[in-house]
Amino acid sequence: MNTLTAIPTAAPEAQIGVRAGPPLRAYLQEARAEVLKVWRQPAFLYPTLAFPSLFYLLFGVLMARGASSGETARYMLATYAVFGAMGPALFGFGVGIAEERSNGLLDLKRVLPLPPLSYLFAKAAMAMVFAVMVGLLLLTLATTVGGVRLSALSIAAYFLVLGLGALPFAALGLMIGCLLRAQAAVAVVQLVYLPLAFLGGLVFPIFLMPKLMQTIAAFLPSFHFGQLNLWAVGSISGFPLRSFLALSAFALLFLFLAARAYKRTEN
Amino acid sequence: MSLPASPPRAGAELLSLSGVRKRFAQTEALRGLDLTLHTGEVLALLGPNGAGKTTAVRALLGLTRVDAGQIRVLGSAPGSFAARLGQGVMLQVGALPDQLTVRDQLRLASSYYAEPASIDSLARDCELDGQLDRRYEALSGGQKRRAQFALALVGNPRLLILDEPTSALDVGARSSFWAAIRRRVAAGMGVLLTTHDLAEAEAVAHRVLVMAQGRALGSGTPAEVRARIDGSVVHFRTSLDATALAALPGADQVLLDQGRASVHTRAPEQLLRAALAADATLNDLEVIRPRLEDAVERWLKEAA
Repeated sequence: MNTLTAIPTAAPEAQIGVRAGPPLRAYLQEARAEVLKVWRQPAFLYPTLAFPSLFYLLFGVLMARGASSGETARYMLATYAVFGAMGPALFGFGVGIAEERSNGLLDLKRVLPLPPLSYLFAKAAMAMVFAVMVGLLLLTLATTVGGVRLSALSIAAYFLVLGLGALPFAALGLMIGCLLRAQAAVAVVQLVYLPLAFLGGLVFPIFLMPKLMQTIAAFLPSFHFGQLNLWAVGSISGFPLRSFLALSAFALLFLFLAARAYKRTEN
Repeated sequence: MSLPASPPRAGAELLSLSGVRKRFAQTEALRGLDLTLHTGEVLALLGPNGAGKTTAVRALLGLTRVDAGQIRVLGSAPGSFAARLGQGVMLQVGALPDQLTVRDQLRLASSYYAEPASIDSLARDCELDGQLDRRYEALSGGQKRRAQFALALVGNPRLLILDEPTSALDVGARSSFWAAIRRRVAAGMGVLLTTHDLAEAEAVAHRVLVMAQGRALGSGTPAEVRARIDGSVVHFRTSLDATALAALPGADQVLLDQGRASVHTRAPEQLLRAALAADATLNDLEVIRPRLEDAVERWLKEAA
């Protein structure tokens, strides 16, 4: 039996220095796995991509015939893309974390030597990838059937806003997912998502809403996300600095609360 | 013969728990647990459900914070990066993402290590050939368990921690599972496993630590532990009296209630031969192997 210890590759001495892999590779693999997980879940993927597209076709393109149809299609492109970007961030993060907490995957992650934060980073990357994907679908519809023309700079701003703007909602999802069990998380995310979208002026333009609703909207992160994207596509002129600051503040607040909730799930 | 050779005595210490206590709201899950594990050693934590085995595993993995006591894993704090790098883990409940293929999962885990095991050799070792490109959700229960096992081995761990590892495996899968472990143990890996199946502990462990009510009831080689807890209870109707019953060869403990005898024994055949010879009217015979729960409970009573 003792002669077996002579096998060079497996001698304990040779294994004492087990080293971690390059962090970048782990981050990329983790993000890849996270995107694949969502991509291969049709029940989640199809509605995430289809609903914003259908809504946009219906309200932004088909019902917006007339003199200002191009402007409407442009405006709705911005707000429906934001609506679409919020979904994967809230659901993917919120429901995903809640499920992985209860089925033991999060525990397994905690006993493996993955780089700190790579698991959360991967989920954030997933939210950004799907935000950009929804954005690309809507942009294709807008430019083909909606008659919208955007400059290259506008398109870049549009994707940048969608990708980064999804992050505060990812943090909100993380918080929900850490506080609630899977079933409850689904329900709460639904309860948060649709009101945020409607009251934030993402489904129907904010200027068509009563004054009171407009006042409420100013307190919602979804409204400010929408304003930033309206600026990106050129529906509002002048950078909405106030919305930028407000969304950044929401991002920090949600991140702080999410970090506390995540910490609480340890032990 | 499946009994393993005794472990190298001078192996380095991989794992130590001393005086570990953990209290949950209602119950005291661990009350002063001590154990150590050395390189090349397989230690089985054996105990009935609720003995504290899983709490002990979660504590040494850093998943559960303990109230008191010392834990060192590979010379580091439980849950520290150094500990996580050198340990391989299979949790009792440890679902992997359904949508990822076995290869996806192994490739992801490989990225955590500078020199991971090759995916193909893991697949061979864990009998996952042909399953690598199937999604986790499409695997059978046993295949899922084997995928989790492969994942635990990706980093060539020096310390393997297995919580109820073979609960979903059939007999054939178990033997190849233990064969894969034995090869690595021969090369110096240390293994801590929990089980409530004495036969399983006997098949692989050098040492068995019997847990009950949050602490170590005793430990020894599998043979020693079997001798301690593995008895039978023989029930029958007899005209013999208690003294005659107690004098039967192999009788450890006798209960007689209105002609109905219950005799604890570690040698039921020997005892029965004598009992049948002594009492021609003996009838209503039943031989029962006690469940681990009962054996441990008896041990607890004797210890008290």
